[in-house]
Amino acid sequence: MTDAAIERPEVVRRPARRLLLGSVRELALVPAIAVLFVAGIVESPAFFTTANFSNTAQFSAALGLVVVAESLILLTGSFDLSLQSIYGLAPMIGAWLIVPKDGQGLGTNWNPAFGILVVMGIGAAVGLFNGFMIVKLKFNAFIFTLAMLILLAGLQQGIVSGRTIYEMPPSFIYLGSAYWGGFPVSAWATGAVFLAAGLFLRYHRTGRAIYAVGGNLEAARAAGIKVDRIRIGVFTVAGTLAAIAGLMIAGQVVAVTANQGNNLIFTVFAAAVIGGIALEGGRGRMLGAFTGVVLLGLVNNVLVLRNTSTFWIDAANGAIILLALGLARAVALVRA
Amino acid sequence: MTDGPEPATAEAEAIWKSFGRTKALQDVSVSIRPGECHALVGRNGAGKSTLVGILTGLSKPDSGTVRLYGEPAPGLGDRSAWQERVACVYQRSMVVPSLSVAENIFLNRNDRALVRWRELRRQARRLLLDWGFDLDVDSPASELSVEQKQVVEIARALASGARFLILDEPTASLESHAVERLFERIRRVKTSGVAILYISHHLEEIYEICDRTTVLRDGKRIVTAPVAELDQDRLVGAMVGGDLAQTIRDTAPVQETTAGRLRLAVRALSVQTPLGSVEDVSLEVAAGECVGLFGLRGSGTAAIADAVAGLVKPAAGTIELDGRPLRPGKVDAALERGVGYVPEDRHARGFVPTLGVAENLTLPILRRISRWGIVSAARRREEAERLGKRLQIVSSGADQPLAELSGGNQQKVVVGRALASRPGLLVVVSPTVGVDVASKEALLGVVEDAREHGTAVLLVSDDLDELRICTRVLVVHRGRIVKELREPPWDRHELIAAAEGLESASAA
Repeated sequence: MTDAAIERPEVVRRPARRLLLGSVRELALVPAIAVLFVAGIVESPAFFTTANFSNTAQFSAALGLVVVAESLILLTGSFDLSLQSIYGLAPMIGAWLIVPKDGQGLGTNWNPAFGILVVMGIGAAVGLFNGFMIVKLKFNAFIFTLAMLILLAGLQQGIVSGRTIYEMPPSFIYLGSAYWGGFPVSAWATGAVFLAAGLFLRYHRTGRAIYAVGGNLEAARAAGIKVDRIRIGVFTVAGTLAAIAGLMIAGQVVAVTANQGNNLIFTVFAAAVIGGIALEGGRGRMLGAFTGVVLLGLVNNVLVLRNTSTFWIDAANGAIILLALGLARAVALVRA
Repeated sequence: MTDGPEPATAEAEAIWKSFGRTKALQDVSVSIRPGECHALVGRNGAGKSTLVGILTGLSKPDSGTVRLYGEPAPGLGDRSAWQERVACVYQRSMVVPSLSVAENIFLNRNDRALVRWRELRRQARRLLLDWGFDLDVDSPASELSVEQKQVVEIARALASGARFLILDEPTASLESHAVERLFERIRRVKTSGVAILYISHHLEEIYEICDRTTVLRDGKRIVTAPVAELDQDRLVGAMVGGDLAQTIRDTAPVQETTAGRLRLAVRALSVQTPLGSVEDVSLEVAAGECVGLFGLRGSGTAAIADAVAGLVKPAAGTIELDGRPLRPGKVDAALERGVGYVPEDRHARGFVPTLGVAENLTLPILRRISRWGIVSAARRREEAERLGKRLQIVSSGADQPLAELSGGNQQKVVVGRALASRPGLLVVVSPTVGVDVASKEALLGVVEDAREHGTAVLLVSDDLDELRICTRVLVVHRGRIVKELREPPWDRHELIAAAEGLESASAA
């Protein structure tokens, strides 16, 4: 029943302009980061020091790893809220199995290496389960992963009756506490994961398939891409990364608290989205997500150095996120 | 009752309407009288939808007047005035599944802030009774059959006070008993003076239910006449146009193919999809052959293509490629065996709008252009350039997102993508819908070229012009192959008559 279609004239845009604006989205946060740098230098002599950058990097490392995880899922057009509970529960169970009873452990005293495998295994298993239920059984991603978030956080509380696990062996906390060349291992690791994920998405055929799936699922299917496998795959990888991130933070604070991971997911979404990862899937780059993490880390750092009352830090964070979203929207409007 | 000639319920006079350079309607006049069922027929693109849009106040004619019930039509913005005068029942259901029948009938017609449930139900029940419709007003619309939903829509239209109904392909998804009951309802509302504009591709229905027919072709009114005075031959002739004996463009007397080895063998295939179903269909396509599947939208032609491409799993039957069965319902398996596929709806399935031209073109061959998983940029560029040149794709560069390309160039990319894997069998569904003339020639040329180089082609189309590249044409009507034409050039008249289900007309 379509009437003679109206053919639009050929759209040929100037490539130079498009190329420039194409990177603008990824670099939209750079001016904001520069402003924060200046503010930091003005505010405090302690800002522009290796020690401070090392601290800030450590502070952001675990968050960054979860941002990579969530971004991978977001790119396929889905999301997983329960990553924050994986981030809490997986290292909790790992530690529980290896530390002695007086460190709030179960008393099984497993080998720490085995404990680390358990941490990663739990992350992968929960991710796989979420992916399977959402992709194959078509549960709504929001409500299903919300339920998982609540359930897993509850298990985390229940297992240790709300207490904190400590006295963890050195190998278990290595990732979060060791330093290489004056910089925390966690920061090196997260940086490496960002780089690897970015290169994978850009150059690996599965990486490109992820963009195709998120950009147009049906077209990807019609092109012979194994759509379900990729969608479930990113959930599994993301779960594993979130578990490793949890291990990182546990190493940093040398303890696993019963509410480790609480509210983390909001910051994760904020970093990914202000970094240009589209919530509807198919658009965004790891470089952008990285600048999102850096921005949030610097905001926190500058506020702390200014001795801003901790009670105001959340409000400031929220305002910065809104500002960054406004900026991103403005860039999108200019492009269109 | 009234003195003098009764005014027409709806009257369009000397309507002109163009979109850009396309003249959709040229000096079209039509009038529908009270108690009349008036058929509007014409092929896709003839201007039916545009005319319906104007008669329902969705668009404004460039010139000409519309009168309803003898008065000038309301302004374009006055939606409620239009709703009280004319109602259109579309193919696609406009019933809200989560609401009850009664609520659907009086959708958005509450004069008060609070719903008076008893009153609502009472009025709905009385309305259904008055018109002789048998429906429980309390049942949720989600539990209704297609037929019952249609009844709700008709009731809703009548409840708003409209005495002019437009039925757009009302029988498209009804089984035959439901069609009879629909006709019964149409007759009943007709006797109460309701005017009906009836749009259908199934010409036999028009003879059963309509009083007069208006035929549109290329935006012009060809004829308006009582159905009794317009036999099937003349009707089809008016739709097709030109000399009845005229055939589709004089193609070079076809290139008798060196009928190659058998590539595709479909046996006793049954497929059910929401957009059409087929029963017990068998067909074969050999290398170097282009077999056209011609049928109306919803006739099941696209279902056959989807099944061969592995997008839907057939209910029964086998599909063999090069003598070995294809795994049913597996796109990647079909692709690996060398099936290239150009889907019907390019926006839904054809391309990824956010990705660039080169990436879209090479999506199915990611494995081939990568080593140890790493996609080689050089090989991607090479493949994209080869295909881009062959299809004359116009873009600002290989990285330009598809969303920014024109429809014609998007479609070239979709066809290029299917050819990227150098398929032994190419399944193409309506490849030139909505593209400009130059792109159409380029697209058809490429498909023909692939065939000449030994590719087997299955071309699904409802566009006679696309069929000119075929070496054989099968006509599908309501899920069955009703005719096979082996000798090009094709007789338009014969093709359309068969596709519309008029076997007798083709006997001439």
